[in-house]
Amino acid sequence: MADFLLHVNGREFHVRGFADESLLFALRNRLNLTGTKYGCGEGQCGACTVLLNGKATHSCLTSLSSAVGAQITTIEGLERHEVLTPVQEAFLEEGAYQCGYCTPGMILSATALLRELPHPTDEQIVEHMNGNVCRCGTYPRIIAAIHRAAAAAGKGASL
Amino acid sequence: MNAFDELMNEARQQQTDPPARGFRLDRREFLKTLGGGLLVCLGPVGEFAQESGRRWQEHELPTELSAWIHIGADGQVKVFTGKVEVGQNIRTSLAQLVAEELRTPFDSIAMVMGDTDLTPWDMGTFGSRTTPTMGPQLRNMASAARDVLVKTAAARWNAEASTLTAADGKVTNPHTRESLTYGELTRGEELVENVPNDPPLTPAADWKIAGTPMRKVNGRDFVTGKHRYPSDIVRPEMLFGKVLRPQGFHASLTSVDTAEAEKVPTAKIVRDGDFIGVVADDLHSAEQALAAIHANWTVPPQSSNAELFATLKKGSTSEESRPEFASGSVPQAYAASDVKLDQHYTVQYIAHTPLEPRAAVAEWSGDKLTVWTGTQRPFAVRDELCEAFHLPAKQVRVIQPDMGSGYGGKHTGEAAVEAARLAKAAGKPVKVIWTREEEFTWAYFRPAAYIEVRSGTRRDGTMASWEFHNYNSGSAAIQTLYNVPNQLIQFHSSDSPLRQGSYRSLAAAANHFAREVHMSEIAFALGLDSLQFRLKNLTDPRLRAVFEAAADKFRWGRSRPEEEHGFGVAGGFDKGDYVAACVEVEVTPEKKIKLVRVVEAWECGAIVNPDGLRNQVMGACVQAIGGAMFEAIQFKDGRILNPHLAEYRVPRFSDIPEIEVVLIDRKDLPSSGAGETGLVALAPAISNAVFSATGVRLRSMPMAPPRAIPGDEPPRFQS
Ligand code: FES
Ligand code: FES
Repeated sequence: MADFLLHVNGREFHVRGFADESLLFALRNRLNLTGTKYGCGEGQCGACTVLLNGKATHSCLTSLSSAVGAQITTIEGLERHEVLTPVQEAFLEEGAYQCGYCTPGMILSATALLRELPHPTDEQIVEHMNGNVCRCGTYPRIIAAIHRAAAAAGKGASL
Repeated sequence: MNAFDELMNEARQQQTDPPARGFRLDRREFLKTLGGGLLVCLGPVGEFAQESGRRWQEHELPTELSAWIHIGADGQVKVFTGKVEVGQNIRTSLAQLVAEELRTPFDSIAMVMGDTDLTPWDMGTFGSRTTPTMGPQLRNMASAARDVLVKTAAARWNAEASTLTAADGKVTNPHTRESLTYGELTRGEELVENVPNDPPLTPAADWKIAGTPMRKVNGRDFVTGKHRYPSDIVRPEMLFGKVLRPQGFHASLTSVDTAEAEKVPTAKIVRDGDFIGVVADDLHSAEQALAAIHANWTVPPQSSNAELFATLKKGSTSEESRPEFASGSVPQAYAASDVKLDQHYTVQYIAHTPLEPRAAVAEWSGDKLTVWTGTQRPFAVRDELCEAFHLPAKQVRVIQPDMGSGYGGKHTGEAAVEAARLAKAAGKPVKVIWTREEEFTWAYFRPAAYIEVRSGTRRDGTMASWEFHNYNSGSAAIQTLYNVPNQLIQFHSSDSPLRQGSYRSLAAAANHFAREVHMSEIAFALGLDSLQFRLKNLTDPRLRAVFEAAADKFRWGRSRPEEEHGFGVAGGFDKGDYVAACVEVEVTPEKKIKLVRVVEAWECGAIVNPDGLRNQVMGACVQAIGGAMFEAIQFKDGRILNPHLAEYRVPRFSDIPEIEVVLIDRKDLPSSGAGETGLVALAPAISNAVFSATGVRLRSMPMAPPRAIPGDEPPRFQS
């Protein structure tokens, strides 16, 4: 066990843990940030997606030690002063979930996409989001939500 | 069938254990904990009176059914039901129904669900039964509660109750313009009201809150990560648990060495017969300790996919089967038919793969056990725990936080029992979350199916005989709605090589696949359009209506498929729902099947929440693509060979065609549940569309698996 300094959602945390444990479990179990989900532990479902220096990353395949020094954003870190980001707002408005278990990962992947490509086509959305599984099958609504968020961000809402 | 028989039939098909005697809260006590107000309970009402007090197997069903409504002094309405929210959005739609009958704002309703200490006994959330059974029960109670409130106001004002109106959470006297909120009316009182009979209900045509599109009630908690799923529950001093899994099914432990595991700091080994588990302060240490256990198992030789259908076809060695339906004389009518077809269809085992795997947190305080877990049947899990730990029901509480879906796959309490066993040994709360691999291996599967169909049809397209045998997968939607005078329809149970159980739509998916592919085969043999052939043999107006609606939107018969494209149609009925789908596929020269377009028409009586319904039907279409095209469990010698998402392919963004859902709202008909039947029409419609594009008839699900499945023909297409 050792101490690791993590930057999560704009704050610093001293985390006591193992160098080779996953960032996913450190976030969930050591920092009680349970919005990031376990779905497979193998980089196959996207439920564990967080932003690492702005890039959508599988936290299940990221070790705690390798996350030191990076700016980490989890689903809990998007809302500012009770204001949701356009992607969160769009998921709400489109009803782009059923059980919602995939939703945090979807929202973070979509956020990374829109920061890179402010007005993605359907094909670009599919390509970028294909690592995120929604077992409830709400993909068409998620695509609609991403377009809606793109439109809102285009009008100035910050992602 | 009456309501009781239907429920029992459903329970049997779900392969659930019998319910235990219902534990009943003292309602006066309960009211005290809620702090006064009006509590409305449902007595045995109408047709459900037949359910109560009757016996099923050795168990007596509770005499009081299913739900309570409480109106507090602040006007907040709490609705208590043992049903659970798993993504099907009944938390929202049930609240709409209550708000409607109670005449109170939608956001004044809070649903308390799936907590065995707080909610009345319930058999479980399955079989699309919440909307058709819980819906009317809650409406009854809400209507009765409104009546009590109006009468209370009448007494306060010395007015005639019939002259008062209830709306927007208030009772108003239109003459004096006086009004009292529901909270003011119930304040300080401890009213317990039994609902004795069927009160008048608002017809769907007059609905203002029900029947309108409503987003998920607590949606904000899901987009911010605040919602706590079962796997997110944290308790003080909680440890993390893992369970050692055998090397195969039916294995027995021959030797085990835990010395190395015990050296992992904070880890503790828990051993109880063949059950070996680990607890540790953190998950990483628990995993390491588990990996350090050296165990040897003897795994008996077991069959594989290669022998699957021969095994199923042999039928059960222990259970007898009898026809589900028989009429006329099948052999004679078949012999006299012009077009005779004799085919068989197969369906592989598939896994539910809920994105949240099984999870539980168990906590003992004294001899009282509390478990938070993801299950569709909290009361059945409580019974499992009672049995495992020899506890009376009142010492066990199961709480089901809204979970990461189930699709019929979480009827059981494996993780709950494991967490409780570990917690008992550790003397601290323990969390157990199954890995994806455990979920793929140690949960249960959708049953595989072997189905034989023999049909005889006259040259003019009139169906004369229909023989249908389902081996192993079940009898859901096994009957045909087409008019055939001579029928023999039979379900044969088999000795399934794998653990199997309920799955969204049960056997309706397999039975529709066989029936609806076969219908198109007959139409082709006769040279008839497959939609026209169906309609020619169909009088059921509701099924006709969805076929016509889907065809109309799809422009069936008015447009022709392009080169390399094909159109297919299929439809059917189950659990009060009518569905039809038209599908367009493209089959590339590389033999890749691409789904281009789906139109699915749907009717389930009066629609409670059109937005939720659309979401369910669309989601069912998407989920159906997996079983139709590529999902299959591969197994051999007691092991699952593809227990990872990298090897077990599920539908992703890139698999999704354009999907249009056409809803038919029949406000004149009772609402039925919509969580399942949306799944059944897609696979046969895809098969029929591939035939129209290529002339190749696909009779095995999955139709285009990523790799060959032993025992199935080598895949002819990719997807
Ligand atoms: S949990 Fe990380 S990709 Fe599935
Ligand atoms: S909403 Fe259930 S997994 Fe996506």
